[in-house]
Amino acid sequence: MERNQMHSRIANIRKSLFEQGYLDEQFIQLEELQDNSNPDFVEEVVTLFYRDSARFLYNLDQALEKKPLDFNQLDNLMHQFKGSSTSIGAKKVKIECTQFRNYCNIRNVEGCKRAFQNIKKEYTTLRKKLEVYFQMSRQVGAIETACRPR
Amino acid sequence: MNLGGGQVVNKQSMMPGSSGGSWKSSGTSGGGGDGGVPDQFPSGLRVLVVDDDSTCLMILEKMLRHCKYEVTKCNRAEVALSFLRENKNGFDVVISDVHMPDMDGFKLLEHIGLEMDLPVIMMSADDSKSVVMKGVTHGACDYLIKPVRIEALRNIWQHVVRKRKHEWKDFDPSASADEHKQSEEPDYSSSANEGHNWKNTKRRKDEDDEADERDESSSLKKLRVVWSVELHQQFVAAVNQLGIDKAVPKKILELMNVPGLTRENVASHLQKYRLYLRRLSGSQHPGGMNGGFMGGPDAGYGSISSLNGLDLQALAASGQLGQLPPQSLATLQAAALDRSNNAKSTISVPVIDQRNIFSFENPKSRYPEVQSQHLTNNNSSKQINLLHGIPTNMEPKQFVSLHQSGQHSLGSMNNLVLIQMGGQSQIHVHSQSQTQSQAQSNVNTHNGLRSNEMLPRGGVVDMAPTVYNPVVSVSQASPLVNFSMNHKTDSCGTSYPLGGSLGISSLPTASSALQGDGNLDTKIPRKGIVPSYDIFNDLNQNRDWGLPDVGLTFDQSQHTIQSGLDASNPLLLQHNRSSGRDLGGQNRNLTSDKVVLSPGFESRIHHNGSNVGQPRNVYVKTENDIDGSCHNTLYSEQYGQDDLLAAILKQQQQEGVGPEDEFVFDGYALDDLPV
Repeated sequence: MERNQMHSRIANIRKSLFEQGYLDEQFIQLEELQDNSNPDFVEEVVTLFYRDSARFLYNLDQALEKKPLDFNQLDNLMHQFKGSSTSIGAKKVKIECTQFRNYCNIRNVEGCKRAFQNIKKEYTTLRKKLEVYFQMSRQVGAIETACRPR
Repeated sequence: MNLGGGQVVNKQSMMPGSSGGSWKSSGTSGGGGDGGVPDQFPSGLRVLVVDDDSTCLMILEKMLRHCKYEVTKCNRAEVALSFLRENKNGFDVVISDVHMPDMDGFKLLEHIGLEMDLPVIMMSADDSKSVVMKGVTHGACDYLIKPVRIEALRNIWQHVVRKRKHEWKDFDPSASADEHKQSEEPDYSSSANEGHNWKNTKRRKDEDDEADERDESSSLKKLRVVWSVELHQQFVAAVNQLGIDKAVPKKILELMNVPGLTRENVASHLQKYRLYLRRLSGSQHPGGMNGGFMGGPDAGYGSISSLNGLDLQALAASGQLGQLPPQSLATLQAAALDRSNNAKSTISVPVIDQRNIFSFENPKSRYPEVQSQHLTNNNSSKQINLLHGIPTNMEPKQFVSLHQSGQHSLGSMNNLVLIQMGGQSQIHVHSQSQTQSQAQSNVNTHNGLRSNEMLPRGGVVDMAPTVYNPVVSVSQASPLVNFSMNHKTDSCGTSYPLGGSLGISSLPTASSALQGDGNLDTKIPRKGIVPSYDIFNDLNQNRDWGLPDVGLTFDQSQHTIQSGLDASNPLLLQHNRSSGRDLGGQNRNLTSDKVVLSPGFESRIHHNGSNVGQPRNVYVKTENDIDGSCHNTLYSEQYGQDDLLAAILKQQQQEGVGPEDEFVFDGYALDDLPV
């Protein structure tokens, strides 16, 4: 059935997100919090994350343009950003954040900039994948609702 | 005890918001006992979550709701504070992030602890030891690492119950004793303080002993006994004699031989005392400072007696958040004074605004006077100083004199005093090694007095009784011990809020009286107070006790106490929890860097820096120099507050002493202390 196909597709997408390391078990925690009273909880959280963190990324971008770099500020910003990413289970993003902070600690300008580019890349990639995932989930949900026996 | 417990638990008055849909800890309904809470508990627990990260906030809120708690979230610390202020009893527990743009999480923690005394749980993505330590020293009930899992949140109710129990104890001595015991246990377990486990067991035993009797009497309304200084001293002496571990109310009562005193009175007082000691040690540093007062849990309580005087101070000091009931402080002082000065007489335990003693509300005001007092009256006034917790820089000489005179009398006080005095007498902070040894010797000697009791919690490193010399003056210095709760009292810098600090503070032997050093971490302005918790930094700095750096060469050897020590203050005071730390009599060289407040500490103290060559904790080292000068160099030097704390903590940890979760000393209220 199409619905079943959808379901399995969604399941596969989800599985690959974990296997490829985009998400970690924190995401599962979020999923467990989702229930009937709040069926879109995970999506809401992720949306909120992306909205909020855009601000951090912007600030980081600005801070990285400064000369000379204020590593303390960078570290602070990154710490917060990392905290957010961790809370939704964005594994690859988190890893890149750690890299960034390491470079910060050793005051390596080039390293920081490179790490930041990686962060942005992972961040964007994850968002796209999650968008697809959520969209499909919603579709399945809609289909299910529509097909619910009366 | 369940009966009593249940009843106590249900002290609705204690529970905040018992009215409002707050979770009811209705112990009674639950069947009494600490756990006598209704089935629905802890649902309905009112939690306030503070985090600038909206994503985290949302997730936490969801998780808490899943735990059936009532959640209020805010992303600004200021807003959170105003929420709390407006609804004094509107919340049961607060969870706060560490890194926030508008206010540091630790600052918020302090505010809450001081103003509302609610349990606060810190959380952060940062799991580095130093930050966690900071949380402990600042009095956080717990520290969660992000990302926070729902499992971690399910148990936060325990902190609320624990706190309540402690509070109850103060209120209702008769009932609290039992309850308290039980509540104390959870402290340990929850905080996973390894060191504390033993305590729990020990408490249990005592509890069992008394439980029966208690049950019968718990329902009776007991006549409040006013624990006068003398009475408390007797109590402390009895406890010391028996050994803190073995001190059961019945035996204490027999030893004290005070007509009209009931076993229940003693039991509740003992409960408080223990709590106090624990706080001193625990609050100071997460690492089970508990042992602070007494060398190690095992030995600890026994030595408490010696510490008694000191302990109080230490407790006071450790009260961290200034919760130490003034009474206790006063008592301590009284005790200390009495002891140390039999001859001296003026112990006039300054009835310090008892509450204040511990709370650093006006440390300055208090201290200055105290300090001057002891400065001036070294001999006689010294005693008072001690109590004040002002790390009076007791001049070494003074100490000596005091020490000598009062040595024994002080008993525990001596310890305390020693510590304080130690600071004065010679806490040469600079010469750490020297001081340390001295302090140790001082401390140790002190211990000798006591029965090797442990080091005064307050950091009164167990000063060997003999060594009291310096310590004796401690009585004066008692104030040094800053029992002033480490809270942020500004002036308090000196006070050793944490028990540990006592040791350190008291040893201001040379250095500016460890004044209150409340925090080992805090950089005590050369006052010699070494460790000063961050919180106290302000305090310390502000301190101007008027005491000039009395010789307190306590060089704030921060190095000694490595940063970890923030919390170590309590450590210092604590008697070495480390098992077998029996500082008594040993000049326990505080080789351990930790500020060995308690003689036992020595091992604990990791020499963070170096100072510790000898027990950093100057406290302990009483023996070496005990002659009058408080060599409390132990304190003095080293403990560069941070270092000290670190050291102590390390030790503690090593020792296995579980850090006391709750620094807050609010619990310890020597009830009815006339002081």
